[in-house]
Amino acid sequence: MMEIMVCLKQVPDAAEVRVDPATRTLMRQGVAAMVNPFDLHALEEGVRCRERLGGGRVTAVSMGPPQAAEALREALARGADAAVLLGSRVFAGADTLATSRVLALAAGKLAPGLILAGKQAIDADTGQVGPELAAWLDWPLVCYVAKIREISPARAVVERRLDSGREVLEVDLPAVFTVIREINEPRLPSFKGRLRAKKAAIPVWDERELGADPAETGLAGSPTAVAEIFPPPRRERGEMPTAGTPAEAARLLAGKIRECRPA
Amino acid sequence: MLDYFLSEEQSLMVATARELAERKILPVRARYDEEERFPHEIFRAIAEADLAGVYIPEEYGGSAGGSPIMNMCLVTEELSKICGGIALSFASSALGALPILIAGDEEQKRRWLPRMAAGALGAFAITEADAGSDPVAMRTLAVRDGDGYVLNGTKMFITNGGEAEIYSVLAMTDREKGARGASCFVVEKGAPGFGFGRKESKMGIRASATRELIFQDCRLPAANRLGREGSGFMTAMKTFDSSRPGVGSQALGIAAGALALAIGYARERKQFGRPIISNQGLQWMLADMATQVEAARALIYATARWIDAGAKRPTMASAMSKCFASDVAMRVTIDAIQVFGGVGYSKEYPIEKYARDAKITQIYEGTNQIQRDEIALALIREAARK
Repeated sequence: MMEIMVCLKQVPDAAEVRVDPATRTLMRQGVAAMVNPFDLHALEEGVRCRERLGGGRVTAVSMGPPQAAEALREALARGADAAVLLGSRVFAGADTLATSRVLALAAGKLAPGLILAGKQAIDADTGQVGPELAAWLDWPLVCYVAKIREISPARAVVERRLDSGREVLEVDLPAVFTVIREINEPRLPSFKGRLRAKKAAIPVWDERELGADPAETGLAGSPTAVAEIFPPPRRERGEMPTAGTPAEAARLLAGKIRECRPA
Repeated sequence: MLDYFLSEEQSLMVATARELAERKILPVRARYDEEERFPHEIFRAIAEADLAGVYIPEEYGGSAGGSPIMNMCLVTEELSKICGGIALSFASSALGALPILIAGDEEQKRRWLPRMAAGALGAFAITEADAGSDPVAMRTLAVRDGDGYVLNGTKMFITNGGEAEIYSVLAMTDREKGARGASCFVVEKGAPGFGFGRKESKMGIRASATRELIFQDCRLPAANRLGREGSGFMTAMKTFDSSRPGVGSQALGIAAGALALAIGYARERKQFGRPIISNQGLQWMLADMATQVEAARALIYATARWIDAGAKRPTMASAMSKCFASDVAMRVTIDAIQVFGGVGYSKEYPIEKYARDAKITQIYEGTNQIQRDEIALALIREAARK
């Protein structure tokens, strides 16, 4: 029976978030919370993997304040079998490194065969927690997973989407996959799922339960300092030399490279 | 809306149905209406959301929780707020399941109800070309043949017809006995001798399928007969006692959905430099619409709860629920078009569809004239008893 761990983050409802122009931080007060949309795709994929494997257990995990339990209840309503809140005062103020550290310790306790997460959270958009989690565990990592073609307890064949196209990878499990929206359409919370979620007890694992060194968690364990926060500039589409012969395309490409090289 | 003190389960049921309607039905309702497309994938989503069996007891895979009719009404209302046509796949399936719940024996319940709770569509068939308001005139015959029956005849205007898997069908087993000469049978799609006629093209509820059922020497085992021979009309009457609040809640949902759209539009639409909702004339229209909707809701919920509590003869209240709510739906949706003005008459906006969908609720499961007959009959009986 494979244990599948799904990492969830509770984020402010995207439609309501404003940046405080004075402090340049996100104004979260009084803003409704939601599950990071990419993580819902990760959860759905976890549930589908369980269904494909004909059994197993999907555990939703979130590090956050007590109210993050609501995100975990939503995961239970949408098909997760269990949920754990990683919660403690000492976890507060964590950057991605300290967050991934705590998630890695939780993975140590759950011993999953697969960890799924969204490609990034829509509030801070770093996309770092999934990869860092894989690094702490020293497990294979595949980002931007668009499809899990095959899965067995020992290995998986996945497609991931890159700017340049699609890659098909064969991966030994356990591994960490971060997923994109394309991978599935999350199911809606069912009536019985909501009922179960409402009544479920959600255990809270703190630093003692996880055996975490408080110096490695929360603000204390966070080497990152936010210097500035701003909406990212729009990324321009790359130019694809589609017309002409391969030789002409190569000349065009070489010209572009020369333009970019510092004199 | 008033607080009707729904149970925790019912509140979650309503929330589930609401999210499903907004996410799955809202984006497709106009297209399904236009294309007269049956919403199989949406009914599947309803089943996956554990809503297909809200009126079926737990021991048969449902989640009735002792309030089957109230649950059926709540879900029907919620789905109908977004689309009365698509909601009908659910409501009419419940109508098909009710005869089994009411007259089926243990084995029959075990045979069909778990499948329906898991998403097998149902339907109920009485009406024929010459037997509408007068069902005793029906011609479909079920003739005893050894240990079973042979059915012959044609049913008409059957909701979910051709799409459903499980049909509760009324047929005469003894024409001489008139109202005591009918029996109710369960016929599954695919049974030899059971076919379908043409699909109606309709004014409203166009995402719902309405077809003829054709029986030509259709052989059925006696185990498919619900209740004893001759009890068919009794089963049908009891079925309607329970299902009519469901039609009422479809009408209620349509009216409530139209009212919400009208209020939203009246706040947005500006004429003479201000939103049209600031006109008292329009405010009073909305106030009357809202009052009618709430009165319909109160009547339906009270009736449904009374039935769930074991009412012996809820016929009058059921007829009132259906009749009142459907008349409300017709008035409210027509007024909602008026609030929208010119664009309300246009198919670009969703409001005209509400009025088209509302009309059928005054007609099917007994016209509102038949409902008034039932109400009057109950009044006379009650007065005579004193």
